[in-house]
Amino acid sequence: MKRTTRSWRDREDLRGLALISPTVLYALALLLVPVAMVILYSFWKQSFMTIDHTFRLSNYEAAFTQPIYRALFLRSLWISLTVSLVTVVMAYPVAWYISFHGGRNKNLWLFVITVPFLTSYLLRVMAWKVVLGHNGVVNSALMWLGLIHQPIEALLYTANSVVITLVHSWVAFAILPIFVSMEKIDRSLVEAGRDLGDSAFRSFRRIVLPLSLPGVISAFVIVMIPTIGDYVTPTLVGGRDGMMIANIIQTNFGQAQNWPMGAALSVSAMVLVSLAAGIMVLLLRLLVNGVRR
Amino acid sequence: MRRLARIRLLPVYLCGFIFFLYFPILLLPLFSFNSGATVAFPLRGFTLNWYAQLLQNATMIDAAMNSLTVGLAVSLVTTTLAISASRAITRYRFPGKRPATGLIMAPLFLPEIIVAVAMLLILLQIGIQLSLGTVVLGQIIFCLPYAMSVLIAGFEGFDRSLEEASLDLGETSFGTFRRVTLPVVAPAILSSFLLCFTVSFDEFLLAFFLSGTRTTLPVYIWGQLRFASKLPEVMALGSLMMLLSITLLTIAEIARRRAEKRVTAQGGPHA
Repeated sequence: MKRTTRSWRDREDLRGLALISPTVLYALALLLVPVAMVILYSFWKQSFMTIDHTFRLSNYEAAFTQPIYRALFLRSLWISLTVSLVTVVMAYPVAWYISFHGGRNKNLWLFVITVPFLTSYLLRVMAWKVVLGHNGVVNSALMWLGLIHQPIEALLYTANSVVITLVHSWVAFAILPIFVSMEKIDRSLVEAGRDLGDSAFRSFRRIVLPLSLPGVISAFVIVMIPTIGDYVTPTLVGGRDGMMIANIIQTNFGQAQNWPMGAALSVSAMVLVSLAAGIMVLLLRLLVNGVRR
Repeated sequence: MRRLARIRLLPVYLCGFIFFLYFPILLLPLFSFNSGATVAFPLRGFTLNWYAQLLQNATMIDAAMNSLTVGLAVSLVTTTLAISASRAITRYRFPGKRPATGLIMAPLFLPEIIVAVAMLLILLQIGIQLSLGTVVLGQIIFCLPYAMSVLIAGFEGFDRSLEEASLDLGETSFGTFRRVTLPVVAPAILSSFLLCFTVSFDEFLLAFFLSGTRTTLPVYIWGQLRFASKLPEVMALGSLMMLLSITLLTIAEIARRRAEKRVTAQGGPHA
């Protein structure tokens, strides 16, 4: 009897592995190996048309000491941090409303909110160019209202226009994890708290907020990490003051033909943003624990 | 009283939020019908010229055909890969499940530029010529997480006793999959297919890095953005693309909901 159970178990293992292996092999070949290759390249050096394969750290030294790279890293980190904070703050009430007051239309709400996220990213960024541009919507509206007499030039091609556009791109995506964590909250806890005399705010602070924290944290991370490497937004609406690290990574892989440098910049960006996200997650945890008391 | 006020404030915020989300997008169709040569206010008048010009644009039509081919190939391969992987994850226990899932879902959590340069690096390293084929290879990685999330939801909650009954009655395991499992999850599969197509059709960065000389629609648009005079025509193209995306996503959502209903309806006494 024991033997049959085991052999059944073994077959279960094998079946699962067999089913998942094509996809995993594909991801290994076209994701993990390429990323490992980038890491390898970052320790090599470009000398004219050939690559010097001896291990060295000179690319990283350049990435962290040259002023242009340092400025771009700092700005990229700052922008991705701001975008993820704003995004989470904007998304939270929406997720709360859908989860607690969505009633039967929860799915419809989620659909309405995610549709823009899934339509062309390039076109949405382009649309912001129209909103913020010289004769754009904001300027035209302000002039029509008589609040200004000349178009404000500073709306477009700044770090701020990059932040606004990125928030618009990612906010819908941030709602989903927060919503999911709120759906898991046992509603009877909230009711019990209210019955025992908690105010609405107090029950929110002591029950809903701490229990939705995992969702807030994953929303924060899934916005922050991809935004640091955004290429389209800074290129289209960033101008010179809104350039980000992806622009210089692209240059190194393109015109400049310095792959090892581009690789080192990519790896540094990943490491830096992971560190920054980690610190923010810790801070967020501390903050919520503080509020809870 | 205070509670009432708070509950009224939130719908107002929600309306503002939806406005923020949709307003920039609605500018595309607005300017695609505007007869002014520049994309700026005030609006001039109504015209269908930009659409007419677009339909005579051979380069655009070529790019559209490329996007269509790439989109179909990507959604077909991705959905097939995702069906077997999500089936494995929801149905079987096996070692290494978590890292395997993590690897497949990783593109959601990586800056896209890094995925793009990594793929470019490996393809050029092996000596593969960049083409639409390499775009397909890359976009499959990018679409897998979307397909997986739809299909895992589709396979979850699927009543296993249906399959067991079919096996007990003498159906082979492949026959069971084809005749019992597949019909129940078919809407989820359709939903995954449409979602992948939409994502691929709109995807820019990987196509930009991996397409070589052939262009897809987003890459074509990127090239046109430098010319201010081309902008209204691009707006018309953008509006059409948005319309297609929204239509496909709506069908995908309807399919997904039908899948959900089917799963709950057949979920046995516990559902």
